[in-house]
Amino acid sequence: MSNPQLGDRKFIIGGFFCLIILIYICRLFYIQIIDEQYKDEAINNALRKRTEYPVRGYIFDRKGRLLVQNEPSYDLMIIPKETKGCDTMGLCEVLQINKQEYLRRYKKAIQAPNSPRKESIFEKQMSAPVYAALQEKMYRFKGFFVQKRTVRKYPRPIAAHLLGYVGEVTKEKAEKDPYYREGDYIGVTGIEKSYEEALRGIKGIQIAITDVHNKMVGRYMEGKYDTLAIPGKPLYCSIDIDLQEYGEKLLKGKKGACVAIEPSTGEILAVISSPSYDPNLLVGGKERARNFTKLYYDTLNLPLFNRALTAMYPPGSIFKLIGALIAQDDGLIDRNTVYPCAMGYPPMGGKPKCHAHGGGKNLPGSVAASCNSYYSYVFREIVDQKKYPVFKDGYNHWRDQVKTFGPGTRLGTDLPYDKPGNVPSTEYYDKVFGKNGWRSNTIVSLGIGQAELLLVPLQMANVVATIANRGYYYTPHCIKGVGNEKYLDPKFKVKHYVGVQKQEAYQNVIDGMQGALEPGGTAFTNRIKDIVVCGKTGTAQNPHGDDHAVFLAFAPRDNPKIAIACIVENAGFGNTWSAPIVTLMIEKYLKGKTDRPEVEKRMMEANLIDKKKPVAEKHR
Amino acid sequence: MSRDQNNIFAGADRLIIITYVVLVILGWLNIYAAVYDEDHQNILDTSQKYGKQLIWISGAVIIAVSILLIDANFYTAFAYGFYGIVLFINIMVLFLGKEVKGSKSWFRFGDIGIQPAEFMKFAVNLALAKFLSNTNIVVSQQFRLRLNDLIKNYKNTVYALVFMVVPALLIMKFQKETGLAIVFVAFIIVLYREGMSVNFLIFGLLAATLFVVTLVVTQITSLLIALAVIGGAAILFIKRSRKNLIILALIFVCSAGVVLATNYVYNHLEPHQKDRIDILLQKKVDPKGKGYNVRQSKIAIGSGGFLGKGYLQGTQTKYDFVPEQDTDFIFCTVGEEWGFVGSTTIIFLELFLILRVIFLSERQRSDFSRIYGYGVAAVLFFHVAVNIGMTIGLMPVIGIPLPFFSYGGSSLWAFTILLFIFVKLDANRLLILR
Repeated sequence: MSNPQLGDRKFIIGGFFCLIILIYICRLFYIQIIDEQYKDEAINNALRKRTEYPVRGYIFDRKGRLLVQNEPSYDLMIIPKETKGCDTMGLCEVLQINKQEYLRRYKKAIQAPNSPRKESIFEKQMSAPVYAALQEKMYRFKGFFVQKRTVRKYPRPIAAHLLGYVGEVTKEKAEKDPYYREGDYIGVTGIEKSYEEALRGIKGIQIAITDVHNKMVGRYMEGKYDTLAIPGKPLYCSIDIDLQEYGEKLLKGKKGACVAIEPSTGEILAVISSPSYDPNLLVGGKERARNFTKLYYDTLNLPLFNRALTAMYPPGSIFKLIGALIAQDDGLIDRNTVYPCAMGYPPMGGKPKCHAHGGGKNLPGSVAASCNSYYSYVFREIVDQKKYPVFKDGYNHWRDQVKTFGPGTRLGTDLPYDKPGNVPSTEYYDKVFGKNGWRSNTIVSLGIGQAELLLVPLQMANVVATIANRGYYYTPHCIKGVGNEKYLDPKFKVKHYVGVQKQEAYQNVIDGMQGALEPGGTAFTNRIKDIVVCGKTGTAQNPHGDDHAVFLAFAPRDNPKIAIACIVENAGFGNTWSAPIVTLMIEKYLKGKTDRPEVEKRMMEANLIDKKKPVAEKHR
Repeated sequence: MSRDQNNIFAGADRLIIITYVVLVILGWLNIYAAVYDEDHQNILDTSQKYGKQLIWISGAVIIAVSILLIDANFYTAFAYGFYGIVLFINIMVLFLGKEVKGSKSWFRFGDIGIQPAEFMKFAVNLALAKFLSNTNIVVSQQFRLRLNDLIKNYKNTVYALVFMVVPALLIMKFQKETGLAIVFVAFIIVLYREGMSVNFLIFGLLAATLFVVTLVVTQITSLLIALAVIGGAAILFIKRSRKNLIILALIFVCSAGVVLATNYVYNHLEPHQKDRIDILLQKKVDPKGKGYNVRQSKIAIGSGGFLGKGYLQGTQTKYDFVPEQDTDFIFCTVGEEWGFVGSTTIIFLELFLILRVIFLSERQRSDFSRIYGYGVAAVLFFHVAVNIGMTIGLMPVIGIPLPFFSYGGSSLWAFTILLFIFVKLDANRLLILR
């Protein structure tokens, strides 16, 4: 029914239509004429960026010998839109893939974030024979080209944990950090990770504008934004290749770690974690993935686990050194202090136990003989000293002093992932024993480096370096310098003074350590001709099985060149397994060779992992 | 006006036909540009979409001519018949159709496909025109608050709505083609022209606004906003009679209903539909993911500038940055290669066609013809507004074609039938006695 009143509604309807269209026209005017943003983005879309990958920096040892170098590697790239007329079957044959796999990769290359008009990786890091075969027939594979990159190569298969490895960047990282694109390489662990920014160099980019036929029509802004790849900086490592290699040979077949530091600089001379692996296993495309999986699932040996920095061990008797230093500093004991020992600590009914070392000892003697009773007394003297009416304050004083030597906090080295270890707090013991449920005697085994006390091998080495320096240390680091200018982070040039500065105290302790390698000392069997070695054995009880063998030492006594700590898991006495390794390495480093080839042979051949360990020699 | 029966174009509106032909040809040329590929340069190559479109266009011409040849009374007389048949075919497609991307709405005959839902538009329009042109029918005009009045007033509106809602639900729920179902909303414009109370539109508009507001802010906030607006209206503009207060209270209750229903509706949308809404409301920024289409579409159009990059010179559309650029996003090709001038030309052509249809509708003697004409205008406008709106980021992405322009046989044929029935009705208008 036509209602004349409704005739006006045609204007409303028509007007509404016109209004909407007017809004659209305004919008079009805005985005097409006023707003330049879309034009820029359109140019961006049509730009072809070609990345030139820089060569990753070489790594040298402290004497300038090559530790890590590069080897060319070839990625096969695809531009899907240009593959028309490609000899697909031929390509599949060369790459040894089937048609399904070809189509799968092709599909991946055309889907976002890839584009049919843009290049993406088709086959990663082709092996040399594949590359050779491909190169011959390349003219038949339209839309494909080879991009050259480099991968790592290790002339000597050592220091895997220290160096770390280079892997593909994770998706998250690539999204967060504009430097990386998916498929790029990045240092994943070790030095490769900590010095990634220096090592990676700077990528070069060439930007071209293309027309509708995907032909290059020119360089973007006349090449104003093109850049050349800048190679990564060389890295001068503080490691001594020979020492590192020698240490790895000695620790082969054993689980454990060994860290050697140059006390006068804090430079790490060798850092060994055993079992290790050949770093050459973790380069390359498919092989790396396969090898990594194999190493990752070796749960018995944990070859990827860096024990030197992340395994926390009870330190055992080596910790007595710190006790002796703190007590002397507090004026509680001196060189001539003697405590009774009845094959154990008398006040607690002979616990902790001790061994037959021939009567009460003075301070240096107690270090050399490693008397458990002596250091139980020393621990109590410190905690219960009169200065602190409340024994918990005494305990905190002890704890604070210990922590100045490094244990309980991350040392802050230039290697990623070092663990802090553990020096238990009063709150912890309150929780375990109740607020009033513990006394100094309850936790007296802390004095001999047991109970909840945990250190990583790097911290043990740092402790001995501190004693070698008589009271200070430089934060351990594995780099002498970055780049040709040998830049070193200033934080590694700062002397850290520990809580004990009384030189006499160090004198007495070092006398004891020297005594350990003299007749009557715990490591007498491992003495070295011509070099005064100051050492300390440790035999750390642990919940995982037989005692860990621990030994630390520095040498020579005056003007020390090397401080070193070694731990061999579940091996027994420190003197049997760790002391030989440490002293052999000291010989190697200071003299270049050992005078004790039979010890060297025994250590290198001993295998404590695969078969039941040989019966330990009688401990002296 | 000549009544020469030998000339099928006798009385047919030349302007409409010319505009139609121009749009179809421009559409075809732009499909060629959108799909263009160095290896297939022959515009007649039927293995490519532009070649196929030429076949569809030929079919459309035959259909148009046939429609003009048939007696106009046929469409009036068999309006319900058409509706029934097309509805039946749309049900059959659920059983005989081929599943494409999760929706079963296509008949396949070898290489070609027909989507019957497209044809539902003209069928609904015919049925609606037939129903509303019945002299006894009055679409409600007044708003009163008495139950029998309500029933009397709104009964026919409700019946009219049923004509649209049934196929809309069928297409949305069972054929899973939400875009094609939403189109039926356009017929509200016809009801409005035929006397539907403005209150419906106001209510609808308010509900839609509230829906959007609730999605942007929280439920509580939007309720407070509604309360404030209504309270403000009560204080400032409206005589505070008891009746008006009751009405305002009712409006508030309805608003509360809408607000509370919003989250329910939103949570029951398909994930991709949620994303499209979120992107439009800028609640979600995801240029590489769900918002990719719209972003690339805007880049393509925006990069066209004033005059465009020239035919076949568009880099954005060439490199397939914009998906679906031959169908739903065909306007990008226009925007990029023909610039502001080209885009506005196309928009004005479409607008001219629509306004011309309205103008012609108003001169009809027969109610049926007028109502049908408004249906044509409404459906065309809805397509133009939503399609172009989505390419420039003013509408959510709803997959409906640009009339006469996008690639696709079903939509071209359906729009041709829709339009040419009206052209025939109009050509015949002088023969109809009131």
